[in-house]
Amino acid sequence: MGLAKRIIPCLDVDAGRVVKGVQFVDIRDAGDPVEVARRYNEEGADEITFLDITATAHERDTIVHVVEQVASEVFIPLTVGGGIRKADDVLRMLDAGADKVAINSAAVFNPEFVKEVTDRFGSQCIVVAIDAKRVEDHWEIFTHGGRKPTGIDAVGWAKRMADYGAGEILLTSMDRDGTKIGFDNVLTRAVAEAVPIPVIASGGVGELQHLVDGVKEGGADAVLAASIFHFAEYSVGEAKRFMADQGIEIRL
Amino acid sequence: MAQKIAVIDYGMGNLRSVSKAIEHVAGDAEVRATDDPGYIAAAERVVFPGQGAARDCMRAIGEHHLNRAVMDAAESKPFLGICMGLQVLLRHSEENDGTDLLGLFGGEVKRFDGLTQGDNGLPLKIPHMGWSRVRHVQKHALWAEIPDDSRFYFVHSYRVVPEDVSVIAATTDYGVRFASAIARDNVFATQFHPEKSADMGLQLLRNFVHWNP
Repeated sequence: MGLAKRIIPCLDVDAGRVVKGVQFVDIRDAGDPVEVARRYNEEGADEITFLDITATAHERDTIVHVVEQVASEVFIPLTVGGGIRKADDVLRMLDAGADKVAINSAAVFNPEFVKEVTDRFGSQCIVVAIDAKRVEDHWEIFTHGGRKPTGIDAVGWAKRMADYGAGEILLTSMDRDGTKIGFDNVLTRAVAEAVPIPVIASGGVGELQHLVDGVKEGGADAVLAASIFHFAEYSVGEAKRFMADQGIEIRL
Repeated sequence: MAQKIAVIDYGMGNLRSVSKAIEHVAGDAEVRATDDPGYIAAAERVVFPGQGAARDCMRAIGEHHLNRAVMDAAESKPFLGICMGLQVLLRHSEENDGTDLLGLFGGEVKRFDGLTQGDNGLPLKIPHMGWSRVRHVQKHALWAEIPDDSRFYFVHSYRVVPEDVSVIAATTDYGVRFASAIARDNVFATQFHPEKSADMGLQLLRNFVHWNP
């Protein structure tokens, strides 16, 4: 078929520092997102995603500098999410060297925002991030880090965002996030079957088999993971070889 | 004197990564993102990137008064088109209910059909986004040190169908076999993004910087 499934390490960045810790023996400063991104690139990451969790507005500029530095030496696609509320925020990230910008709660509060930025900047650079939680027999969108229900059906929402021009869906299961028991593959498949655009599975990876399951059971086009790479439990390279050994098409 | 490399800036898309990647491989060359026809005319090499919709790109090229500068460069010096910078070199696109393009190469730009199934049992996703194999079908100086069938990074919903198949420099399979690079004389143009394709992409850019067609 030809197209490789992508492995995307994700860095949570707070005021310019990687949080949750990163443990690489040969890295000088494991909290420096530029060093960590460089390392993931060397290991063969297909893309890198930065999630800015900075709480205060005045410290939010630091992510721009991080992206600028990474983009000047790491030549793979870079996605930035967190705190993107206005078209100007998108522009700032793209100008800094991001290839894609992930929009989450701003889309929920104002769906037309997605139309506006895909019209202006192109679908290829707009990722809609969805935090979904199971509620009875379906999944609902939650905001505020999974604390606030919105009553919006996640699958329908994903379809609507694709209609509005989103180039990709970053789908996080809030039920699985941080659990290390694997992606919610039923959720991933429901969304992957519903939308014509690529879907990135996120939330719950604890071992390499989970990445394989995300593709085979979930039908994901890409898999995103943070902690298994941060704590150097596995390298990106190991993850890719494992997936390739399970018969998944991977860029090695 | 250091050579000048112009990255044509007509307001469509992310030129920073293109410029940075070329700077990374171009030694002491002066790399400048510019819409100045004078600089483009004076540059030894020209890179023509682009993202977004065909009609917007054509409009932006017109608004920046760059039609002549782009065509002159494409007819006279090493010229590298990337993504939309490949597509607008053709004559016509299906995008936006039909858009006339620069017409340096005969042929059409067509949308992916997205009907065939991927290996996960779902229809192929559009855009074609990610790392696909690029098969060389023409010997070319820009393939130096790049193994046949290496993977490059793609993001696109449309593909070029050149009239003259002898200009096809590489093919890629995504539901259909399409031209992922074309070349003729001093022009080389890729559907994929060498500036986002890690080591293989940098190698292609390095080859371009040293290319003397």
